[in-house]
This record gives sequence, structure tokens and C-alpha cells, in this order.
Amino acid sequence: MSGRWIEVCRVDEIDAEDVIRFDHGGRTFCVYRSAADAYYATDGLCTHEGFHLAEGLVIGHIIECPKHNGRFDYRTGEAKGAPACIHLRTYPVKVEAGKVFIDLG
Amino acid sequence: MAAGWIRRDYSLTGREGRLAQEKGLATAQWYACPIPRKRIKELMQRRDGPAIRDTLIWIAWFAVTGGLAWYLWGGWWSAPFFAAYGVLYGSSTDSRWHECGHGTAFRTRWLNDAIYQIACFMILREPTVWRWSHARHHTDTIIVGRDPEIAAQRPPNIRGLLLNLFAIGSSATAIRKLLLHTVGRLDPEEATYIPETERPRVYRVARIWVAIFAAVAASCLYLGTILPAMFIGLPTFYGGWLTIVFGLTQHAGLAEDVLDHRLNSRTVYMNPVLRFLYWNMNYHIEHHMFPMVPYHALPSLHEALKADMPPAINGLWHAYREIIPALLRQVRDPGYCLTRTLPAPAKLATDTA
Repeated sequence: MSGRWIEVCRVDEIDAEDVIRFDHGGRTFCVYRSAADAYYATDGLCTHEGFHLAEGLVIGHIIECPKHNGRFDYRTGEAKGAPACIHLRTYPVKVEAGKVFIDLG
Repeated sequence: MAAGWIRRDYSLTGREGRLAQEKGLATAQWYACPIPRKRIKELMQRRDGPAIRDTLIWIAWFAVTGGLAWYLWGGWWSAPFFAAYGVLYGSSTDSRWHECGHGTAFRTRWLNDAIYQIACFMILREPTVWRWSHARHHTDTIIVGRDPEIAAQRPPNIRGLLLNLFAIGSSATAIRKLLLHTVGRLDPEEATYIPETERPRVYRVARIWVAIFAAVAASCLYLGTILPAMFIGLPTFYGGWLTIVFGLTQHAGLAEDVLDHRLNSRTVYMNPVLRFLYWNMNYHIEHHMFPMVPYHALPSLHEALKADMPPAINGLWHAYREIIPALLRQVRDPGYCLTRTLPAPAKLATDTA
């Protein structure tokens, strides 16, 4: 995993079972913190109609789009049913020195 | 009709749809009232309790009204009970399919799906078709050429709206499309918003529904009475009037082609009985602005946002005091719409995290 690690935020800037938006290089991403304090990252826009997923709701390991209830497993990016039919891209995440990094490849 | 006005094309396959895309009105960024992330997260939380309670009450009312209607069948005393049963079947289902379609009524997914399927059948709205149609309605609310659910197009078809008090026009369209789906075809407009992968599901459900209706018709013939159809099928028509009474309050008479739900949607205060039947969809601006907030949290959302909203309409009576004159005026002057005075931009009170 020899990617391009980009610092996102401090670990405590994301609540447990929540998501934040992270914009970088003209793109938008979502970074998640699970209830078990694991961190994940996906593309930030819903694959259905491009709304910002960070405004949605995290339920367990699911992120729900705030507009149409498109649902994705944020660990794998898998679309879990209509109207979301295309999977989300995911990115590796690491935590070092109390900060969250994502690998944009 | 006002001189110089050119009739707009409300179809999804015509010129207006292309124009809306060119103007940036399709899949656009909409205004949202400021609300702290923490608060909106609280309001979006799913719960099973309120919807299970309301659904048990709902089923009990079906049993009471349907049971008495059946018991008194043959005499005029059955009429009021069929009237009540019909409203439950043909009107209260409008909000049930809607809320469960958003996936917000229950926390448990299968409960949303089960009530969604049942309510769709009762109100004659095919579940897959309407899931996709409604997604488009939320993406492009009252954008001409994009929104498939504009109930009062301009100039309004007053006769058609009145016929829909008995679900006549809407059901004729629904039955035509249902039959088309049974032979594995979609209407061209539906093809603009239903993906290929979802279409087999449309055709399968249409065939199941037609089989159910055929079974009801056969039982009527076999038993020599329309009683089975009075319970399954016909209530969509004789009990559908409240659907349109509620439904027209949502957007009728208001602006088209704007990217602010405060200008094209209407919030109307209603009493608890109506809000039970309508599952709080009277808070319609709030629902469109934050569609993932469950129906039971909409009154709280309304309180959180109302400083940044136009004043809510105080009851159905006042709503129709503005809707009816507006629709009648739009018959002569289709360019007319009701306008709203918006509050000065609100400041976000606390965190934005």
C-alpha cells in the first residue's frame, strides 16, 4: 500500500457512528468512524444522483444518502438497494499520532 | 387565457426537460435552512415504536370499519363504515407508501418494505415505478419536464382534478400502465427514470397484481355479489378523495422551476386525526428539505426551521382559500402563481460540525 496519504482530521473530529466530508484536489470524500472506533473512507457523492453523503445518516455500517435513501456499506462501498445501484469507491485509511489519513492512491 | 403564454410541456421526454437541464435546474443544489448537524442527526434517527403503534391502530381501524361494513352489508347502515374503510384503504395509504418508500417510517427495513408493498397495492401505485418516480420528484421538485409528479399542471385541468376525487383519472392511467407492464413494456416517460436492472421487478409485480384483481373479480362472479371488490379494489376509488384533498396542498398554485422548497411547497397545520391519516406530510416543506427525517419527527423539525420559513398555513380551510382561487386564475393566466415572502437569511445558531 504505497499510496499518497493525505491528512484528513484529528480522530476526535469525527463522532462515533458518524461521517464527515473531506474535500481535496477538487474531489469530495466521506470519512467515517464506526461505533467500534474503526475509520473508513469512500467517495463523497452518492452514485445515484451525486448528493453529498456526509449530510446523510450513519446507521451501523450503512451510510444513507440524505436525498433518496440510497444505502451503502461504507466498509466495502457496496450499494445495498434502490435507488443506489452502483457501488461507492472506497479508500484505505490509517490513524497515526491521533490523526486520520486516507490513501488517494 | 393570457396572451403570449406558451403552453408548457410537462412530459419528461420533451423540450422542457432538455431546457431544464441546460438551465441547471435538473439535479441541482437546493436551498436548505441552516440547522446544526447534531440536531438534524437527532431528527433523522430511526425508531420502530411510533410507526408500529400507528400501524397497529391503523390495522385495528381497518378491522372495525371493515367488520361492521361486512356485518351490515345489504342495508344502508353499511355505507358509513365502507366510507371510513375506503378512506383508510384509498387515502391513508398515500402517506404509508410514501413514508415507507423513503425508508424512514420504521427503523427495521423489512417493516418499511412490507407496508410499502401493501400500501402501494391499495392505492394502485406500482411499487418499483413509484419508488423511482418519487426519487425524481425529490431531485427535481416541480421542475417542468423533469418532475413526473406535478399534480396541478398549468393551466390546471379542473375537471380532471375533480374526477380524481374518486381516483378516476389517476387510476385510469395507473391501470393502463399496469397492463402495459404485464406484457413487459414500460411507458416512454417511465423509461427515463427506471433503470434497466429494475424493470423485471416492475413486470413481475404487475402480473401479480393483475392476478389478484382477477381473483377478486372471479370471486365476485362466483358469489354473485360485489362484496369482495368492496374490500379489495374498489376502495381505491370510493375512498380516494382524501388523497387529492391532502395532495393538492403540497404544491398546487405555487412556483415552478425554483430551487427553494419554501417557494414551491406548502406546510399546513392540521389536527391530530388528519395528521394520523397523513402521517405528518402536512409538514411538506420540511419533508422536501430534509427527506430522511421520519414522519414522527417532522413537527420537531418544523419547530427547528420555522424562523427561516414562510408562515405555515393554518389549516385545510385556509389552504384551499388560497389554492382554489389560484388554480381558477391559472386557468385564464397560466403564468400566475402564489408567491411567498421569505424571512431574512437565518444564521446558524450553533455548531456546523
